[in-house]
Amino acid sequence: MTSLVSLHGVSKTFDSGTQAIAVLDLEVREGEFLSLVGPSGCGKSTALRIIADLIAPTTGGVTWPGNKPEIGFVFQEPTLMPWRTVLGNAQLPLELKGVARAAAQARSRSALARAGLGDFEKAYPRELSGGMKMRVSIARAIAAKPKLLLMDEPFAALDELTRQSLNDDLLKLAREDGITVIFVTHSVYESAYLSDRVVVMTPRPGRVTADIAIAQPAERSAAYRLTPQFTDAAGKISAALGHAMAA
Amino acid sequence: MRNWLTTIVPVAVGIAVLAAWEWAVAHYQVPRFVLPAPSAIAQSFVDDHAQLATATWTTFRIVIEAFALALVTGVALAVLFAQSRIVELALYPYAVILQVTPIIALAPLIIIWVGYEHIDSALLILAWIVAFFPILSNTTLGLRSADRNLIDLFRLYGASRWQILWKLQLPGALPYLLGAMKISGGLALIGAVVAEFAAGTGTATGLGWTITEAGNRLHIETMFAALAILSVMGVAIFFLLSALEWALLHRWHESAVSRQE
Repeated sequence: MTSLVSLHGVSKTFDSGTQAIAVLDLEVREGEFLSLVGPSGCGKSTALRIIADLIAPTTGGVTWPGNKPEIGFVFQEPTLMPWRTVLGNAQLPLELKGVARAAAQARSRSALARAGLGDFEKAYPRELSGGMKMRVSIARAIAAKPKLLLMDEPFAALDELTRQSLNDDLLKLAREDGITVIFVTHSVYESAYLSDRVVVMTPRPGRVTADIAIAQPAERSAAYRLTPQFTDAAGKISAALGHAMAA
Repeated sequence: MRNWLTTIVPVAVGIAVLAAWEWAVAHYQVPRFVLPAPSAIAQSFVDDHAQLATATWTTFRIVIEAFALALVTGVALAVLFAQSRIVELALYPYAVILQVTPIIALAPLIIIWVGYEHIDSALLILAWIVAFFPILSNTTLGLRSADRNLIDLFRLYGASRWQILWKLQLPGALPYLLGAMKISGGLALIGAVVAEFAAGTGTATGLGWTITEAGNRLHIETMFAALAILSVMGVAIFFLLSALEWALLHRWHESAVSRQE
């Protein structure tokens, strides 16, 4: 598979003196679902922000073998504007990119429908549950047709059932649109379920300690969570994380 | 049932107090220049209606102008502060000094500078000084309170500073601004009346002057009439601004949740 983006020798020390990332080398391949797993504060979120060019690395750099693609970002919080309706929120990226209003609305409507929010476009965020707000956040990202989607612990605050249903919908949407996903989580099971590849990071300052490829079946469902294949993958990630914490 | 009670109970209390007042003044034969009966005050509304109407209009105009000016300058300066930390560092202390200096102490100086021949402009400036600060201070806070992640999202999609201001910071600051407007509306009224007191009699012609003038002549019922008008004006300003707040926020803001659900 071709490389979409690579980080080489990336480190980040904040002005406060906190070193978030010691050194990070990472290659992300087109079309893969990559999870970054590690304890809190290991620089996973910082790495996403560096890839999105929201902050600059202290050393090292990010290279895009092709043209820099359209990037989407989903935060841990739904990060919606409370004064805008669901549709208004989903439309924001297209609006900022100067897409004509009618086209932006049509694309946002279709993204909302695909994220399971077809009936809620006129609702305001405060009328929605946590899981539905997160669906709006995802719909907003996919409406802009990103090639790369960066997700920063998006489902951490949700209950288990909501999280599982969002996991399945996310996989489906990413596959349909051919989106490459970099997914930050500290849930071993979530990463084992979603990812083609899991990169495990050490506590702060973060570095990569393990890079685990997972052969995933195309179709995943609740039953898959009970297969030896799944538990084996989770076991490997868990062991690598344990090793990282001890190091 | 509850809505009905919230109207009828205060009105009943008001009528009862007025009736007791009327009765007490008559019964104890309280002199007119100490405490006039409600009926005498009502009579003053009729007798002095021309003077009261002119005074009300003068004060009302100054309050509205000062409030509008405070709104425009407060928001404009807050936007400037939010765009540039240096400008904020340079100007904020002076805005605070202007705010903490008692307006009654500042009034004679402003009136001399502006001149008695432009007394309305002096009153406008004084009312503006009082009304301006809450708008500046709250709007600055609101503009700075924009969600960091939303700012990042805007930047990710290549938003300009102008777009971040217009689509994110200003709507986010709206609840702060509307709260400040309710405070400033009342302050503009206080500022206008206080400034008239400082100006003394004979030059200004608003309700503050009416009260001073009527007091000098022991027309206590006219003083009460002017006071009643000031109260009504204050309540009306507050009510209108509360209605504006509800109109702009009730669909999305958390403050409206308990009233709706």
